[in-house]
Amino acid sequence: MDEPNTDVIQGTLDMLILKTLSLQPMHGFGIARRVEQISKGVFKVNPGSLLTALQRLERSGWLDAEWRQTENSRRAKFYSLTRTGRKQLDIETADWRRRTAAVARLLNAEG
Amino acid sequence: MSLWRQLARGLRALGNRAATDHEVADEVDDYVEHARAAYIARGFSPHDAMRAARLDIGNVTAAREQVRSYGWENAIETLFGDLRFAARRLRTNPGFSIVAVITLALGIGATTAIFSAVNPILFAPLPYPHADRIAAISDFGADDTPIDVTFGTYRELAARSRSFDAMSVFKPWQPTLTGGSEPDRLNGQRVSADFFRTLGVAPLVGRDFQAADDRPQGPNVVILSDALWQKRFGGDRTIVGKSITLDDDSYVVAGIMPSHFENVPAPNAELWAPLQYNTSFTPDSREWGHHLRMIGRVRAGVTIEDAARELGQISRARVPEFQRVPWASLDRGLIVSSLQHNVTRVVRPALLAVLGAVVLLLAIACVNVTNLLLARAAHRHGEFAMRAALGADRSRLIRQLLTESLLLAVIGGALGMLVAEVGVRVVVGLSPPGLPRVNAIHVDVIVFAFGLVVTTVIGVVIGVIPAVHASREDLRFGLQRASVRTAGGHGTTRSTLVVAEVALALILLVSAGLLLRSIERLFAVPTGFDTAHLLTMQVQEAGRQFSRDSARVRFFDDALEAVTRVPGVEAAAFTALLPLSGETDTYGVHFEADREAKDEGAALRYAVTPDYFATMRIPLLRGRLLDRHDVAGMPRVVVLNESYAKRRFPKGDALGQRLHFGPDDGQWYTVVGIVGDVRQSSLSLGDEDAIYLTPSQWHWVDQLMSLVVRARGDAIALTPAIRQAIWSVDKNQPIVRVATMDELLARSQANRHFALVLFEAFGVVALLLAAVGIYGVLSGSVSERTREIGVRAALGASSGEILGLVLRQGLTLTAFGVAVGLGGALLATRALVVLLFSTSRLDPLTYLGVIALLGGVALVASSVPAWRASRVDPAIALRAD
Repeated sequence: MDEPNTDVIQGTLDMLILKTLSLQPMHGFGIARRVEQISKGVFKVNPGSLLTALQRLERSGWLDAEWRQTENSRRAKFYSLTRTGRKQLDIETADWRRRTAAVARLLNAEG
Repeated sequence: MSLWRQLARGLRALGNRAATDHEVADEVDDYVEHARAAYIARGFSPHDAMRAARLDIGNVTAAREQVRSYGWENAIETLFGDLRFAARRLRTNPGFSIVAVITLALGIGATTAIFSAVNPILFAPLPYPHADRIAAISDFGADDTPIDVTFGTYRELAARSRSFDAMSVFKPWQPTLTGGSEPDRLNGQRVSADFFRTLGVAPLVGRDFQAADDRPQGPNVVILSDALWQKRFGGDRTIVGKSITLDDDSYVVAGIMPSHFENVPAPNAELWAPLQYNTSFTPDSREWGHHLRMIGRVRAGVTIEDAARELGQISRARVPEFQRVPWASLDRGLIVSSLQHNVTRVVRPALLAVLGAVVLLLAIACVNVTNLLLARAAHRHGEFAMRAALGADRSRLIRQLLTESLLLAVIGGALGMLVAEVGVRVVVGLSPPGLPRVNAIHVDVIVFAFGLVVTTVIGVVIGVIPAVHASREDLRFGLQRASVRTAGGHGTTRSTLVVAEVALALILLVSAGLLLRSIERLFAVPTGFDTAHLLTMQVQEAGRQFSRDSARVRFFDDALEAVTRVPGVEAAAFTALLPLSGETDTYGVHFEADREAKDEGAALRYAVTPDYFATMRIPLLRGRLLDRHDVAGMPRVVVLNESYAKRRFPKGDALGQRLHFGPDDGQWYTVVGIVGDVRQSSLSLGDEDAIYLTPSQWHWVDQLMSLVVRARGDAIALTPAIRQAIWSVDKNQPIVRVATMDELLARSQANRHFALVLFEAFGVVALLLAAVGIYGVLSGSVSERTREIGVRAALGASSGEILGLVLRQGLTLTAFGVAVGLGGALLATRALVVLLFSTSRLDPLTYLGVIALLGGVALVASSVPAWRASRVDPAIALRAD
């Protein structure tokens, strides 16, 4: 139990996926790797949860998906952000900022 | 848009499951492949990279399943999976499934059928606007039963009461319609002008009756029912305003009622004409006869109770403008109730009892199916344990069991609807003649919903019990237990249910037994005459030719003469009132001996031809019978029945007494004879006061007489010859209601009989279900205890001892059930008291008989598993598994 917890903070996986895809379309593994790299290994995404989340986000209309060739000429399912997805990202980001700011204020409060 | 997307994707996934699965699998594989490539890029060996990638994603199948299981369509898929599985389970155990489905179908079907029949009669509002405002008003008869009102009473109430929007009186009318191929005797009503307005309905075509129609010598107008209009006039609207011929008189068709109009007060009526009574009349006129039924529509905001209070005040406070006669003095007030209550008064106890019985039956059916499911769940410990071990969670198991029981309930419910369809027809077929609103009885939407709700509730209830039972067990322990048959699992729940089942069955059987005893006792009651070989029919004279009384009298005389000559006829007579036919015709009586009494009471009026007593075999006790010389113009004489004479003249000096009967026209009747008592309305009612006289010595001439014929052999076979004999006198006279006296006798007990037949049917089903329950629990228990029994046998228990062991178990359950059921029966039979006849609801013979019957059936049901237990071979039992 000494290993640091690398689980994605509950409820933030959708936001992380949307944010990652806002830069460019990506396939599942690409998203996982990007999250891990940018968070410098703090978060490791569970593949099962990730693929299920992608399914859900696509159903909700925030993502589009299409099968494409990758650079090493393999087929992969690429996800890209839709317009409603972008709006959703804005909403979730604003919400997250508001809440972390509140947490920060609480933690910083003296005596 | 998102919803649309959800739906479209879901449907696509459902429609092409294979492709969707493939896509998910591909994506997961891709992921693994990318991860492996990434690990290689970080310097892992190909083998280690694969391992690491696999480790990341965990169980590939689980990951696929996780991704796959997203989306609403998967819930549906699981449901279908569950259903398929449940259907397979039910198929592998056909004995269980068939018994369960049949039990449910009978329970639900019978409940739905009875509810269908009872609902429109007792509970649904009558088919009129604001039906709760329609009241029925009756006068008090002897022993406080309601009797019809007189026109005089109606006239006074209509003028003085302020609680009603409209009031109406009416009486039966049976005109003969000519002009078609043959004369047709119709059932109709003579009604006062406001009849349809009181009910709140109006003719579809034409006009309603007006006050101007309802006066003496008013116009001959008639309103037709939709059925008669369609049948006789082909639905031709131009008939309105034209004339039709009724009883040789011409009537103008004023209107036609809509097809949905249901005439609750007289369901058979096909046409209506105005009553046309005099509004000023003397005490000896028909306007003071108790022969009109009365209804009223209370004003908005006034309750029927308010109206009853007002009518009560009017009854007590006489006013000079409205004189009353002693037999309609209203001294005891009036009986006011809702029309619905009034028309269902007679059948209500029987219907409520049957409704109660069917609820008991449904309860037994539910208990039985629950027991079957429990017994089966007990055999499936192993299966559940195995599935839990393979990863099925508890809720999944509960859902599976719920699906199974719901499937059973739905199949049972569907079959139950079939049973209900048939059952409703049977109930209508069995229904007593007085049952109101029979035409409104059918399996309707409300009842279907009722059946469906019952089905679903049963499904959930019987589903939850085994599911809770199964999931409460420690599944791992269950896995072991499945292979080690020890003396565990006493099945307390199941035993309790069997006890309940036996108890419920006992209540039903006791009720059925009490009804059976009542019917037996009723038919043992002497009718006062010999019912065998007696044929009865109604003969009516219709038409202008009979406008003179002498012609009427001659027709009946000639007809009787002709009938007597028919070979096979021993004796024949006419009577104005036929015993056990359901008719009553009473008139006020005033004996010369007691001058003081105001309200003299009334007696049944039998205007009979002299041979009536011989034909019916009513014994003469004292004095003389009526004879041929007692005709108009001769001294008026009457014959009394025995109990009437005894009550009025306890000293035995009835002969020679003088009395007024009906209107007082100044002349006395003299009592010349006393005959035996006869049951007029029903076997269960007490002796009724009766006065016999000859038709020609009565105040008026009867148009409608009943012919009674004593046959030498088979009575009904004489019918054609007798008809021909009457028609040889006049071929235009309708003859109706041909029946043997034995049929009338059976019909007079139709309400009890109706209840009895249904109770017997339910009782038999309950007995069978209880037997199945006992058998099921014992055979389950025997197969669970095989090992224990084997040990006992190995240790020297004889097969007789083992037989006794199991039998004792069965009989103990039955004994508990009987004890509980006795308590229930003591309570439940209270509701039955009205239907019983000289049978106590605690009748010991019935209780003992039912207990013996249940005990016997329990013994038979226990003996099969007991016998199987006694044959257990210890060597095999101990080595089993």
